[in-house]
Amino acid sequence: MIEVLHPGRLSSIQDLGRNGYAHLGVPTAGAADGFSLRVANRLVGNPDTHAAFEMTAEGPALRFGEDICLALAGGRLDAQLDGEPVPMYQTLMVKAGSELRCGRVMDGWRSYLAVAGGIDAAPVLGSCSRDTLSGLGPEPLETGVSLKSGVVSAMAAGFYLRTPPRYGQAVCLRILAGPQQDWFAPEALLALRGETYRVQAQSDRVGVRLDGVVLGRSRAEELPSMGMVTGAVQVPPSGKPIALLADHGATGGYPVIAVVIAADLPLLAQLAPGGEVRFSDVSREQALAALQEREARLARDVVAADAGLLAARALMSLAGGHASLRQAAISDGTRRIRIRK
Amino acid sequence: MNLRYVGESALLVETEDAEQAQALRRALLELAIPGLRELVPGQSSLLIGADPLSMDMDALAAKLADLQLKAQRLAPREHEFLTQYCGDDLAAVAKFTGLEPAEVVRRHTSSTYEVAFLGFAPGFAYLTGLDTVLRLPRRTEPRTRVPAGSVAIADGFTGIYPQASPGGWHILGHASVKLFDASRAEPALLTPGDRVRFKVHP
Repeated sequence: MIEVLHPGRLSSIQDLGRNGYAHLGVPTAGAADGFSLRVANRLVGNPDTHAAFEMTAEGPALRFGEDICLALAGGRLDAQLDGEPVPMYQTLMVKAGSELRCGRVMDGWRSYLAVAGGIDAAPVLGSCSRDTLSGLGPEPLETGVSLKSGVVSAMAAGFYLRTPPRYGQAVCLRILAGPQQDWFAPEALLALRGETYRVQAQSDRVGVRLDGVVLGRSRAEELPSMGMVTGAVQVPPSGKPIALLADHGATGGYPVIAVVIAADLPLLAQLAPGGEVRFSDVSREQALAALQEREARLARDVVAADAGLLAARALMSLAGGHASLRQAAISDGTRRIRIRK
Repeated sequence: MNLRYVGESALLVETEDAEQAQALRRALLELAIPGLRELVPGQSSLLIGADPLSMDMDALAAKLADLQLKAQRLAPREHEFLTQYCGDDLAAVAKFTGLEPAEVVRRHTSSTYEVAFLGFAPGFAYLTGLDTVLRLPRRTEPRTRVPAGSVAIADGFTGIYPQASPGGWHILGHASVKLFDASRAEPALLTPGDRVRFKVHP
């Protein structure tokens, strides 16, 4: 049992989403940062598709009823396990009765907590994801609720992620031209690529709302409603763009000026209110290459480690933050650890 | 049919109308192409979502050009929804159109509508066939909450809100009908091609 002592700001159960129902008007939902969900799952030996907790801005407080194996990924979370700080991006063995108390997401906006076996929730249309727009899927976490973990299929010794991502709050997102690029004035196309846009507080799992130079249109008529994709940069009549996230409506009626490439969707999902965004063009070939590179990294960088190495990495991670990890030279064979600052 | 790329993971086929978009969807389903994620028909388009790591999008685009579309009209299902015409915007719609509220209701209940496509929310059907006099743009200020079952009009369509949600359409009345239920074998009550009539709740 996993008991929710405090839900945090917005903590929900997410997997990789509800695919194949958009023609019925059903949003995809699923982890806003799907890459981090997959990393968290792999760190506990789960398939990518298992359900985990997505924690926005501030994480929950949880008590574990039995021994459990868990991992944190995504935005850097200020978390303590029975009063001890918890490292990100590695397998943790937790004893029955332990309490995980999460604070703010320090770097990024969404963190993911996976447990071995996944979170056992009732699937709706093939997915355990909470869709905040239409209300499908399990309720968001609430105080007093108890959740179960699923059956653990295979448990390896432990894993860590070799190169944890860093989520800046001034990012450049790579884009491809949108299907309605020709609906916009030339100045708007230039502004989108030259100006900085700021993430507004009303942003949510439906979309990241941006404030900045207004994007004017060259065609005034209404767009016939059409299917939408995650990453689409929609421009409503206000001229202020909205970059769509996981819970976006299946169809939409605002022209799409650009589409954020799939490889950069995690960066988009990790933007906190106040964050700054710039956009730059790439080719479809570059977009595809970036996606292939990301998949290769995922396959390569989640690596197995024994308990001693994990403990050493945990120490380093907590002592020096992520930067020091990259500079650390580890000699596993002799158990000697040297941290170069 | 015009074709546009939507990111690296989707294609948008612009069609003549909603019916052609549905026909294209059926044709693609019949081919059972592996790697397709979503086929989302719209008012005059079909969005084709795929996994770009396993699908050559250019090859898919080429394949689309060769597709033969069949007009496949199964006997459409018919639905009649009892509606209480007491909506918050009935008076405003009457004023805008220059009709009496009773005449707005008469016109709304006189048409037989057809489901063009689904979108906006689970089970929300865009119904075509609205009386031309009732064709209004959306409200300038969308409501933050429109109750479930609201029968509304905008942009030449009529529709019923399957669940409470924000919305910008003009609310004429209310119908008690469960349009979407994820536990049903067919979660959406209305499917493209279905015929719909509204009747005044006595």
